[in-house]
Amino acid sequence: MSEVFVNGQFAGTVEDPREFMEKVRSERRKGGVSQIVNVHWFEPLDRVMVECGRGRVRRPLVVVKDGIPLLTEKHIKQLQKDEISWNDVVAQGVIEYLDAGEEENCLIAFSESELTAQHTHLEISPLVMLGLCTSLVPYGDYIQSARLIIGARNLKQSIGFYASNFPVRMDMDVNILHTAQAPIVQSIMHDLSDYNAHPSGQNIVVAVMSFKGYNIEDAVILNKGSIERGFARSTYFRPAVAEELRYSGGLMDEVSIPQKEAKGYKSERDYRLLEDDGIVFPEAAIKEEDVVIGKTSPPRFLSSLEEYSLASNIRRESSLALKHGEQGVVDFVLVTENEEGNKLVQVRLRDQRIPEIGDKFTSRHGQKGITGLIVQETDMPFTASGIIPDLIFTPHGIPSRMTISHLIELVGGKTGALAGRLIDGTTFDAEPEEALRKELKRLGFRENGTETMYNGMTGEQYEAKIFVGTMYYLKLKHMVANKIHSRARGPIQLLTRQPTEGRAKEGGLRLGEMEKDTFVAHGASLLLKERFDSDRTIVPVCEGCGIIAIHDAIKNKRYCPICGDNVEVSDIEVSYAFKLILDEFKSLGIYPKLMLKNKY
Amino acid sequence: MHKELEKFEGLLPLKLLREIEELAPQSKIKKVAERVLEEYTAARVDPGEAVGLVGAESIGEPGTQMTLNTFHYAGVAEMNVTMGLPRIIEILDGRKNPATPMMEIYLKSPYDKGKDIKEIALQVKEVKVGELVSEYSMNISELKIELKLSAEKCREFGLTPSIVVRNAEKLVKEGTMKAEGDTIVLKLKKRDETSMNDLYKLKEKVKGVYVSGVKGIFQVLPVKRKEEFLIITSGTNLKKVLDLEFVDATRTVSNDIHEVAEVLGIEAARQAIIDEVFKVIETQGLNVDIRHIMLVADTMCTSGEIKGITRYGVVSEKASVLARASFETPIKHIINAALTGEVDKLNSVVENVMLNQPVPIGTGLPGLVMKGKVAKAK
Repeated sequence: MSEVFVNGQFAGTVEDPREFMEKVRSERRKGGVSQIVNVHWFEPLDRVMVECGRGRVRRPLVVVKDGIPLLTEKHIKQLQKDEISWNDVVAQGVIEYLDAGEEENCLIAFSESELTAQHTHLEISPLVMLGLCTSLVPYGDYIQSARLIIGARNLKQSIGFYASNFPVRMDMDVNILHTAQAPIVQSIMHDLSDYNAHPSGQNIVVAVMSFKGYNIEDAVILNKGSIERGFARSTYFRPAVAEELRYSGGLMDEVSIPQKEAKGYKSERDYRLLEDDGIVFPEAAIKEEDVVIGKTSPPRFLSSLEEYSLASNIRRESSLALKHGEQGVVDFVLVTENEEGNKLVQVRLRDQRIPEIGDKFTSRHGQKGITGLIVQETDMPFTASGIIPDLIFTPHGIPSRMTISHLIELVGGKTGALAGRLIDGTTFDAEPEEALRKELKRLGFRENGTETMYNGMTGEQYEAKIFVGTMYYLKLKHMVANKIHSRARGPIQLLTRQPTEGRAKEGGLRLGEMEKDTFVAHGASLLLKERFDSDRTIVPVCEGCGIIAIHDAIKNKRYCPICGDNVEVSDIEVSYAFKLILDEFKSLGIYPKLMLKNKY
Repeated sequence: MHKELEKFEGLLPLKLLREIEELAPQSKIKKVAERVLEEYTAARVDPGEAVGLVGAESIGEPGTQMTLNTFHYAGVAEMNVTMGLPRIIEILDGRKNPATPMMEIYLKSPYDKGKDIKEIALQVKEVKVGELVSEYSMNISELKIELKLSAEKCREFGLTPSIVVRNAEKLVKEGTMKAEGDTIVLKLKKRDETSMNDLYKLKEKVKGVYVSGVKGIFQVLPVKRKEEFLIITSGTNLKKVLDLEFVDATRTVSNDIHEVAEVLGIEAARQAIIDEVFKVIETQGLNVDIRHIMLVADTMCTSGEIKGITRYGVVSEKASVLARASFETPIKHIINAALTGEVDKLNSVVENVMLNQPVPIGTGLPGLVMKGKVAKAK
């Protein structure tokens, strides 16, 4: 006697749970019970759970009876000819959807060859164990699983052609690859996901060799000629958004060229690109700190009456300017209204990104690398037939990572490019490596993919045969242009007078506690002091009471707030942070007395 | 001591002097000693070298690679030892009770050959009544408990019911004990209304009563190391173990630093710290110069008692208020300094970094002393 629960609620009992489940299942396959219903028996509690609610993840499987799948050649032929549809096959009970619960009561065969009488279902394809991105990696069954995941993750970061209506979109942080190509080595998922209509990489000639040490530690060498022909060239789009906010008292922001009287007025030069409406004109070339949208806001505080009357005149400058290090061309200007009815101005910036040293590239096998050197085409190595690689990949990345699929793709890409066809590299169901090798040999190349190559600078033949071929390479969205950062002088924080933090604020790189320790360990005492001079200040100190004195710059007089001016006041050099902590002590009622002593 | 060498006393450490005397040919002893002095002086750490900081870096950096490891002995009883970073932290913090107290008991000559090693080991183990009893039967009407002793266990520990009674009797004040064959009859003295409850309490109490062995030793494990046998224990009692006649007291060690300090003195504790820390570092396959660890052990032990590297230990001894405040619990230190009117002489590193002054280390240490004529004002 088993209890039956429908969607978690007790509904009754059945004598034989197996028989009951079998009945529900066969009815479902016949169409007597809805396709949505799943049933499973939870043995430890002896409960039969019938589920038909929402929120269950279900997946389709081929039904197996007595070790024979119900899906036959006939079905497949009919499906191919479009005589029947997927839904028909499901309605016939040939394919059914299982939820996580029902899966527990089933024995699912991974492939047709391992079917036995006990099996209840058959996987439609072994590929379903992989996700969408993972099945885009060719020859995924020839790679370490961890690397396969990295490869799939890299695919998500690749620059491509994400949407064909990109010119009329205002997406944040967009990269478009100029000449994206469909990969030569494809998997079935490329077809299913229509990847070839929005690809995200390019087929390039890759040579696996070292080159003057500039590709150590996974770096890659790029051919300058390829870059000039447009390899991995992309455009970066970023919108600047400004809104006319409304404030209390009927005051509001105004998009316009700010008046000279406005508080915080920059300079005429900064506003030079604005048109009369206060917005830059399209196709204007703008550099860092140029104003893109001119805007003024009402004053922040209306304290006295006097100021109130002037309030309408004295406005606060709140324009939108390019940040430090940014540049580009105004691509598109959009003036509209948002949900609250406020005027909304969006200016889209466009910036062409030509590959440079520091840009990140990867194949689809988790073999990422940073551009280490861009070499003149004339200096690049070339093959006997005159092929010059677009990219040189270091062989040291292979043994430890065991990305065999990377190597197979290289051979496959070469074969495909020479034979003029696409290569099927679907995981578990790819064209065998043997076949690729044979075809490559037939095409007049060495079957292992190596070729005789010559040093581009000396013309000498390399002793080793170099592994060259075509591969699908991705440019990743991490480009130096967005990350490069340096500082000599720059902004400081208001409170501590120490340098700001972070690239966006043009900040410094912190020399932390442990870094400090290294200076001490070296005994480089004075160098350490200089490194921490970023917030040094000269503070007048009263020698009488040991409290920070006052320097009156107008009268050029120093006096102590406690002892008056008949007392010795000396200047000392300390970090501003220390002055701050003294102030904090005072605010806590602690009297920090400085006792001065002549250093010399 | 050789005559020539007497001049070097105080300049060279005693150990080196002895070595010279032993190894150098008599005729050249002066030359050798001079050369040794030269080398010795050159090898010494320069004044102003940040010895502690270099030590901290040298231990800390390899420490990041250490794994959280508990080491399991393969064999009979479950016995594991904290190793790795947790153990190092435990030692350097100067914790009173280590997570896994352990002893290595070395044996004197006839006993270390392995004969009857199991029996010797079991003599060390603390035996409680509860371990020997195979069956309890309570007689409520007569207010007595019959403890049936397991013959096997008794044989293992070399005990008989009468010995158990003799050893345990004094510790059980609430009842009287009497051996009857292989059982012990425990009778409750007091007889009133609450005696039934007392009987239950007595039963629980008697389980934990000490019978024989060394108190505090929970487990024993005889092992063979090279040619000799020794006993590894979990639980320590250095004082009692060293008193045992078959124990080689010169080599027997405990991993409880505080116990070592108590029994053998602070010098031994210093050595124990060095050995214990070094053991961990060695087993992790790391390479740290032992002198760094010696320095740490020295700072922990200089005051005569073990001080951990914590805000309650070594750090609280720091002279500078600012240095103490920058370590942990700044508010406590600042307030106490304010209450007592403490003066910070700014003699150390952290304070001077805070004030952005040159730190008195390395090049920041020496001042310029000039001996010369002061120009007279005309």
